[in-house]
Amino acid sequence: MTQQRVRFYQIGSYAAGNRLLDPDQGSVQADAQRTNSLNSGHRACQGCGEALGARYALDAVMRATGNQMVAVNATGCLEVFSTPYPETAWQVPWLHSLFGNAPAVATGVAAALKAKGRTGVRVVGQGGDGGTVDIGLACLSGMFERNDDVLYICYDNGGYMNTGVQRSGATPHAAATTTTPAVGPEPGNNFGQGKSLPLIAMAHRIPYVATATVADLRDLEYKAKRAMEFRGARYLHVLVPCPLGWRTASNQTIQIARLATETGIFPVFEAEDGEVVGVSKIRRRRPVSDYLEPQGRYAHLFGAAPREDVIARIQAEADRNVRSFGLVDPRCRSMEG
Amino acid sequence: MLKQIEGSRGVAEAVALCRPEVICAYPISPQTHIVEALSSLVKSGELAPCEFVNVESEFAAMSVAIGASATGARSYTATASQGLLYMAEPLYNASGLGLPIVMTVANRAIGAPINIWNDHSDSMSQRDSGWIQLYAETNQEALDLHIQAFRIAEELSLPVMVCMDGFVLTHAVERVDVPSAEQVDAFLPPYEPRQLLDPDDPISIGAMVGPDAFTEVRYLAHDKQMQALELIPAVAAGFRVAFGRESGGLVRPYRCEDAETIVVALGSVLGTIKDTVDELRDEGVKIGALGLTSFRPFPLDAVRTALAGARRVVVLERALAVGIGGIVAANVRMALSGISLHGYTVIAGLGGRAITKASLRRLFADAVADRLEPLTFLDLNRELVERELQRTRATRRSGPAAENLLRDLGAVGSRIG
Repeated sequence: MTQQRVRFYQIGSYAAGNRLLDPDQGSVQADAQRTNSLNSGHRACQGCGEALGARYALDAVMRATGNQMVAVNATGCLEVFSTPYPETAWQVPWLHSLFGNAPAVATGVAAALKAKGRTGVRVVGQGGDGGTVDIGLACLSGMFERNDDVLYICYDNGGYMNTGVQRSGATPHAAATTTTPAVGPEPGNNFGQGKSLPLIAMAHRIPYVATATVADLRDLEYKAKRAMEFRGARYLHVLVPCPLGWRTASNQTIQIARLATETGIFPVFEAEDGEVVGVSKIRRRRPVSDYLEPQGRYAHLFGAAPREDVIARIQAEADRNVRSFGLVDPRCRSMEG
Repeated sequence: MLKQIEGSRGVAEAVALCRPEVICAYPISPQTHIVEALSSLVKSGELAPCEFVNVESEFAAMSVAIGASATGARSYTATASQGLLYMAEPLYNASGLGLPIVMTVANRAIGAPINIWNDHSDSMSQRDSGWIQLYAETNQEALDLHIQAFRIAEELSLPVMVCMDGFVLTHAVERVDVPSAEQVDAFLPPYEPRQLLDPDDPISIGAMVGPDAFTEVRYLAHDKQMQALELIPAVAAGFRVAFGRESGGLVRPYRCEDAETIVVALGSVLGTIKDTVDELRDEGVKIGALGLTSFRPFPLDAVRTALAGARRVVVLERALAVGIGGIVAANVRMALSGISLHGYTVIAGLGGRAITKASLRRLFADAVADRLEPLTFLDLNRELVERELQRTRATRRSGPAAENLLRDLGAVGSRIG
């Protein structure tokens, strides 16, 4: 008789057992009274990680602030799919100005609230990776440096997906985009130095920096809530798979995000005042190929002429993440099948 | 209260009297003295409650003002030249969102070649950004226009740019009458926003608008500026009653009654022009001047009325539309549709070149005699230009033009190596 072996690593992952908790320990999303900051009816693609991440994060912020919050949005998918005139999916006061200025606009909102003595109202700026790591970086760095009372959330899907999947400063190495096509001897995105916004944020020594993914709802909610316990500049970097740009099935979004953490590709951690204070350990480490292979943007690394050399370079990057963030408990075996 | 102060200080005091709640600033000459003074007023607690945000760029300055204004705070910033260009994108955004931000532009040239001195290239380049543009003739008017600007901006929910000549006004120490807080409070009611980011009444601002309504949104922007054509003179009239002096309005005719020749200009050069007009009048020349205070909205009717009786109009402007000539002139011509008179465009005072009375006398004499070319560059060093043209014809690798001209002039430090 076929028997399913119990997978102990699932315990504590919050993937199971939620119903056994007291209601006040349940996730914000599990609450029947959840606020749905980003309501249904918007025009995001099926399986959109960003829509999921934004609702998770802002619902948690709404709960943490008693709904006393204002959101400022950069131009991008999140802005376009949520507010096709004359409709809006936002249940919070929401302002969209430009692509590159969301952190500065958020600063302005916070300054106005302070001048008016309404410091109980909190400000969240948000945008995609293009709006954050590329065109918005100067404004974001200014907001960090001044320690303005703003939580900025980056929903990182590794490219300019709204304009049709072009390369951004956050596009991972070797990934194919429409401006880094899978052709030539070095197909896909070139191997540059990369740009880790969480580390850049930490270099500003701001009170709180954290990373999260849509695969771990409880962790994401915790970090949004934790961020609201600080005053000053805070940064939350959320990995949000994009079925369109990553060429994955729409029902794989959570799975791919989980693989990003389990391979060490995307380290999940939190830092206070520039120092790492918590790391989500990888319980069962997987080789990067497990993460790369299901994604169409890496298809050129597999198939008839696999690029083991490129996969090895990506594996080396993941290994470095594991080393530098201490992602694997030394007592755990790595790379088990 | 009469004070002998720098123009920038006067503007800073006027802005402070308007009780802005958020001021954001990035340094650029010749605007810096204004925000320096304001930062000191905020830091000392004289201006409170007010948040002074030192931002990392002009792009951020306007963006902070956008966020603050949308949250219901009276918001102010100042810039000039390259800074105004760097904030071009949020500039259009602020007007498109209908946010009543007030900004000083300390007018300065745009590079290359880099030049910190006065002309109107900066604000003229943003004339179609949707902002109201008012130009100050004197330091007193610069001060007064800021108080009026907040009134106009907040009544229409539209941003206003107060343009004042860099250095010529910003750095000139002159006597100005700084009103009392009571006077300004009585003139300028607290800011009541038309739209507001408020958790108690959540709205979305800045939605995407497609072809179905974009034209209508733009039409309404134009309509607001047409309303400003009524409001600007009304606010100026109210200001006269409250403060007892003439400031603002759409246009300012000077000795235009029976004038055959009328010189149109904006900004501080009007002072020199009026002095020259006075001298020529004494000599029996029928000449007058028309100052434009409001360039956006452009007061077509008022300009037409003022110029209707003249035989010729000389538009003297401190900016150049490369490839055609005048910017103000093109707008003035629109006002004159159907009226037959000689029109001359004079480009003057670029990059801080002094516009002297002597030059104006020669210029106006030529105009009165209809000896002017349609487009004149006042005091152009023709010899210098010809040498460079000769060089470019003779040598392929003729080098950078600006540096060549400086070398020809023997300017100090112009030769490298």
